[in-house]
Amino acid sequence: MSSAGGLHRLPVILSIVFALMLMVVPMPDWAAAFRPDWVALTLIYWAMILPRTWSVGSAWIIGMVLDVAQGTILGQHALALCFIVFITIRFHLLMRVFPMQQLAATVFAILALYQFLLFWINGVAGVDVPAVGYWGPVITGTLVWPFVLIVLRGIRVRVQLGQ
Amino acid sequence: MVNSRASSSNPARIPALGIRVLLLMAASILLMVLDHRQNHLDALRKAIGAAVYPIQIVVDAPFRLWEWLREGTSDRGELRLEVSRLQAERLLTNARLQRLSALEAENARLRELLEARSQVRDEIRVAEIMAVDANPYRHNIVIDIGEREGAYDGQAIVDASGVVGQIIKTGLTTSQAMLISDPSHSLPVEVNRNGLRTIASGTGEFGRLDLPFITNNADIRPGDLLVTSGLGGAFPAGYPVAVVDTVNRIPQEPFADVTAVPAASLDQVREVMLIWSSTANLQDKEEPADE
Repeated sequence: MSSAGGLHRLPVILSIVFALMLMVVPMPDWAAAFRPDWVALTLIYWAMILPRTWSVGSAWIIGMVLDVAQGTILGQHALALCFIVFITIRFHLLMRVFPMQQLAATVFAILALYQFLLFWINGVAGVDVPAVGYWGPVITGTLVWPFVLIVLRGIRVRVQLGQ
Repeated sequence: MVNSRASSSNPARIPALGIRVLLLMAASILLMVLDHRQNHLDALRKAIGAAVYPIQIVVDAPFRLWEWLREGTSDRGELRLEVSRLQAERLLTNARLQRLSALEAENARLRELLEARSQVRDEIRVAEIMAVDANPYRHNIVIDIGEREGAYDGQAIVDASGVVGQIIKTGLTTSQAMLISDPSHSLPVEVNRNGLRTIASGTGEFGRLDLPFITNNADIRPGDLLVTSGLGGAFPAGYPVAVVDTVNRIPQEPFADVTAVPAASLDQVREVMLIWSSTANLQDKEEPADE
């Protein structure tokens, strides 16, 4: 199974790279406050479906890349992503059988936790950001989650058909 | 398929997940402390930055293509209008330039009299903005000039109408810069009219700077131009920063409430200019001699 997983990593990597691109696309000021956390959403999905291949280690590395791309403190997104992937893997069997609404509620909670970790680290490091600004991505992230789910499920089905 | 599902839903959990999470989180905290306290991790950041560079290029490509298409397809009338506008502008600029060269000569003469080193001429290079920080409260941008072209930490960035910000981290081919409107940015300025020195701090809004340390009886009024004083060492002197917008004198408070509007249009630029001021140039030239 692990070798088959290794062969079919490319689509997953491409989806994560695409999510990273969505994170750095320039946006107008008002819209940037509501930019969903594409990388977090993508990683939640892959950790839920393929917890053995896409575990905390890969989340940590992707978090470091996100830190450099966004110019935040090195390790901030790495820690937050690593932690939410850990939570997702802990509950991945439950999340797989959840109905849509319940899954969306879970994703909302995970995204809120993610933003809270970022907020906390910013607070300790003395980066001055109004607390209200953290809620935008949580709400929009939950709203776009069904679409992320559909797109990534399509990728997964195609990969498994290819096997 | 059935087999793989059965094996992945096996209650035997992913081995040592908890320990791995704890180790990785401890590593992140260590990295954050190192990165925040001292800038020890520049090399690591640059290495990862080089890996991210292709992503930024791909993201930037549609914008470049759009610009290119727009330039290529703008019709003749528009082009003629623009040419005539540019000619008029050039005439105006030339007229100003004539005065500037006279002033520069006079300034050099006076400085010679004072036996001070002339610092009027700065070297300038155009850079393009590649990305903006996703966090709207941190006004950071990424520009396409890095160490390879000679950019350095603390280098001043201006646009056609005023100061934009300064470089905070250099990569090999890109640099990260902080805008003057960032809440954690301050720069020393002086009022052009009377030389009153003060500090202009960012507020997190593109269109507003705060001047927190103006006493109630200071001579400042709306419309005053603020220019860099050059006293902090980072910015060369004499570049316009902002225009004073409101002055609100509060009798009980020690300082008046003064706000200013940045001269540069911080949220609309795509091209900026990097300044190598003459003092920094001297430092650059001295360094190789030491090695």
